[in-house]
Amino acid sequence: MIRWWLALVLALAALPLAAQDTMPPAPYAYNQLSDPKLEAEASALMHTLRCLKCQSQSIADSDAPMAGDMRHQVRSRILAGESPEQIRSWLIARYGDYVSYEPEVSSTTWPLFAIPVLVILIVAGVLLRRLGRRRSDDDNAGEAA
Amino acid sequence: MRSRLFLWVPLLPFAFFAGLAAFMLTQPKDEFVESTMIGQPLPAFALDPAFDGLPGASKADFTGKPKLLNVWASWCLPCIAEAPQLEALNRQGVEIIGIAIRDRPEDVANFLSKYGNPYTRIGSDKISEVQLAIGSSGVPETFVIDARGVIRYQKIGDIRPEDVPVLLAELEKAK
Repeated sequence: MIRWWLALVLALAALPLAAQDTMPPAPYAYNQLSDPKLEAEASALMHTLRCLKCQSQSIADSDAPMAGDMRHQVRSRILAGESPEQIRSWLIARYGDYVSYEPEVSSTTWPLFAIPVLVILIVAGVLLRRLGRRRSDDDNAGEAA
Repeated sequence: MRSRLFLWVPLLPFAFFAGLAAFMLTQPKDEFVESTMIGQPLPAFALDPAFDGLPGASKADFTGKPKLLNVWASWCLPCIAEAPQLEALNRQGVEIIGIAIRDRPEDVANFLSKYGNPYTRIGSDKISEVQLAIGSSGVPETFVIDARGVIRYQKIGDIRPEDVPVLLAELEKAK
């Protein structure tokens, strides 16, 4: 019985407490790179990467320890000479498109890009036909008069 | 009359999206971010021991037979809940290599003396470096690694009693 109660208490208490750890943040979690150009690159990238623990925030916005560790990865990799897009693809290879806020054309997302173009083409086609028909109607009317 | 009906057609996409939204609202939210590293080899890593009692962990330790890679932390409460299941797996001859996330040696030692030690090795990942490299997004998570060091299966969250046979089957499949 006590075990069940313990399990219940743990199940209810686990999530909010689970994020607690007392370790100091990774070196580049809260420290900027000294080169302002590199820091600007890192910061732009961090604003487009999703925090995995707090999924509606970017890692630049989140204070979750894991977001700090991800910022450390981004900054130390930028410092080591990797390009922001290399780092983004490194993360996408591990967590899928989900980790990136930057929309990418892929085998699952291509309709999002194709459908608007298709709709615009259809609308343009319909408009052209209608306008064209009206003009020829007008011409016909002119001839009749 | 037929042309009048035709006017309602644009409403269909709207009805479809309204229906879709209503349906999705009733679906449970899936908060888990799955690793896309399944089928990929473990990235190279070498972690220092997480405390004095056991050696650290590296990619080279995943040879010989399929093993479990357990990503955990002493500060993680669900990790306490899964401890008996790790013990059970260990009793069945499963080798479990741990990676302790953002942890201190004294806390690791304390956790193991309280809740049991099913591990043969525990590496200390102070900045979640290896965790990020294998596509794990939280603690606890458990990966099945085959004898060639390829990631074969990921279990997100604490191992419940009903997950033990699943993991044993995945280990068998990875042979």
